[in-house]
Amino acid sequence: MAETVPTENLQPPRRHILGMEGVPKEEIESLLDLSESYIEQNRQDDKKSSILRGRTLINVFFENSTRTRTSFELAGKRLGADVINMSVSSSAIKKGETLIDTAMTLNAMHPDVLTVRHGDSGAVQLLSEKVTCSVLNAGDGSHEHPTQALLDALTIRRRKHSLEGLTVAICGDITHSRVARSNIYLLNTMGAHVRLVAPKTLLPAAIDKFGVEIHHRMEDGICDADIIMMLRLQTERMQGSYVPSTREYFRFFGLDRKKLAVAKPDALIMHPGPMNRGIEIDSELADDIHRSVIHEQVEMGVAVRMACLDIVTRNLSRNTNGSGA
Amino acid sequence: MTGRTAYINARLIDPASGTDAPGGVLIEGNKILNWGPGLFNGGAPEDARIVDCQEYCLAPGLIDMRVHLPEPGGEHKESFESASAAAAAGGVTSIVCLPDADTPIDNISVLEFIARRARETNIVKIYAYGTITRNREGGELSEFGILSEAGALAFTDGDRALADALVMRRALSYAATFDLLIVQHPEEPRLARNGQMNEGEMATRLGLAGIPACAEVMMIERDLRLVELTGARYHAAHVSTAAAIDAIRQAKSRGLPVTCDTAPHYFTLNDSSVMDYRTFTKVSPPLRDEADRLAVIEGVRDGTIDVIASDHRPQDQDSKRLPFLQAETGIVGLETLLPLTLALHHDENIPLIDLVGRMTSAPARLLGMKEGRLEAGRPADFTIFDPDRKWTVRADMLQSKSKNTPFDDHPVKGMAMCTVVGGRHVHSLID
Repeated sequence: MAETVPTENLQPPRRHILGMEGVPKEEIESLLDLSESYIEQNRQDDKKSSILRGRTLINVFFENSTRTRTSFELAGKRLGADVINMSVSSSAIKKGETLIDTAMTLNAMHPDVLTVRHGDSGAVQLLSEKVTCSVLNAGDGSHEHPTQALLDALTIRRRKHSLEGLTVAICGDITHSRVARSNIYLLNTMGAHVRLVAPKTLLPAAIDKFGVEIHHRMEDGICDADIIMMLRLQTERMQGSYVPSTREYFRFFGLDRKKLAVAKPDALIMHPGPMNRGIEIDSELADDIHRSVIHEQVEMGVAVRMACLDIVTRNLSRNTNGSGA
Repeated sequence: MTGRTAYINARLIDPASGTDAPGGVLIEGNKILNWGPGLFNGGAPEDARIVDCQEYCLAPGLIDMRVHLPEPGGEHKESFESASAAAAAGGVTSIVCLPDADTPIDNISVLEFIARRARETNIVKIYAYGTITRNREGGELSEFGILSEAGALAFTDGDRALADALVMRRALSYAATFDLLIVQHPEEPRLARNGQMNEGEMATRLGLAGIPACAEVMMIERDLRLVELTGARYHAAHVSTAAAIDAIRQAKSRGLPVTCDTAPHYFTLNDSSVMDYRTFTKVSPPLRDEADRLAVIEGVRDGTIDVIASDHRPQDQDSKRLPFLQAETGIVGLETLLPLTLALHHDENIPLIDLVGRMTSAPARLLGMKEGRLEAGRPADFTIFDPDRKWTVRADMLQSKSKNTPFDDHPVKGMAMCTVVGGRHVHSLID
């Protein structure tokens, strides 16, 4: 089934997926098309295929994560790969081994794909420069989280048929959000209209140069929006440093029914999770199956990651064959 | 032989006397005996050794007033020997060491250590600052008087800003008692906290925390008030922003005893160089935007920026091959100071003599050094350079132990042909 999806748009074949900045529309489209085929596979009783049989996937997480790691793990296993999870606590790093040492060590074990999450912006790219396998960025600092943007796009596309011309409001902590950055790049590439809604403390410098519309009032920002993406506000940023309090944040920037009323009647609510109920999003609204697609996003996440694994390993084979010829 | 050497056929550039003319220099031992345009018109003295300068520029030896020399403790990054070799290759005859975390120069024994290692190494001259505060902690003042008698040329806490306004006031007042110079790292540290690079579009794109450009000028503006209050001599180190340069320009026009320097990377690069998380571009203060870079050039042109110094800060691979957040700051600069500065002559039409002055007479005047000018009786320190010689910087060819330069493969114009320290040729391509 997957073999029928055209991949000739992926030129030159991409060995790594590190970010959405600069990724052309055709490539995103074909990744989303491929993901569609995996949604069906994941809904069968027998969810397993053998496309990645014999391949080794290592999930290297320098930062805690449950859902993203599980999603990559399932994606790998459903494609038949051997999957290893490695949590590298920051304390172990402080004991001396540098990121590059870790990269070289892992590389020596001949994995085919590393999915890497790291708390520092740029760390995944640095690691990718030192290994011979493929690297998927599972989130680096405040930089990028490309598979999140892809799964968001897939979710939207399935509900709205196309991203082109949609108005998408991204609300919350833009400054520290890799999800926001990846989504801004992807959505702009796909022809959506992107709005950002946040207090000025949570908007990074020069963000107006990223092809977005900036709003500081939630009611303006989500007015007539098709999609409302809420971002998670990190606990350490809630109490007085970036915003005075959680209740003040919810009052002005949390999504509730009253504010939602100005959006389009069929506007979808999205959240990358994990949610802070009652801080950025009203709890009942998050559970409203007519508006919230939060669980669908999680489902799409597995399919998108299967597509990413599929593509980069196809490119690996192509490169290997090329060099062997 | 009389121990005399005649440097003939030179283009003499002596900013202190405003000389830019063909001529020669006669030295005896480690001192200048005579010099001037047309000095050897009647022929060089017969008993002197002759060095033909081949019409290259002969200027007072370059003084690099900002060098981090991480000995003791950081010999794997740079030693006195490797720093001296780098200086000699770059045409630098005197370096002035900054206090830093490894070497807080806050007591006589550290100054004596530096002086002893400088004597042992005996390639270029190595001077030092003292710290403003003990262990650079920003609290208690160092012993300015005693340290100055022991050789400290001026006082600075290195790359740490003296943040406490009351301590700064007292440091300035006390320094004024002895007519000593206070050198500030001008950055409001609480505003710059956690910042990794210049705040702006590139920082946002890379997801790195930014340092706003105003962090520099707000510290300088505060300090200028204290200079007014105390009358002390104040120097703002490595200025990098248009606003800071404007503030200093205005202070100078009001007659305040204020000076500043910059480093070549601030007029050569802007923050777009950080792209792809190039840790070799991580410096403090950070590389700024293009408008600031152009303002630094104008500051050099109109004299607001008194001195150009390399801000030489060696870092080994382990300190730089890291995620940007974890990487150390610094660029090695001793060997690129001259050619990067000469680019302002070639590309920006700033007179050669002005640029040479920023690296010779100006730092000598600020720090009270006897070097920095051509004059009978002065030390025979000079740099003979070809301002037009084209070459390409190669990191692996640098004399510095550390290779942390963002200028690898960078084509430049201008090369030190001969470096003379106390009458000795410590680097020479002409004899």
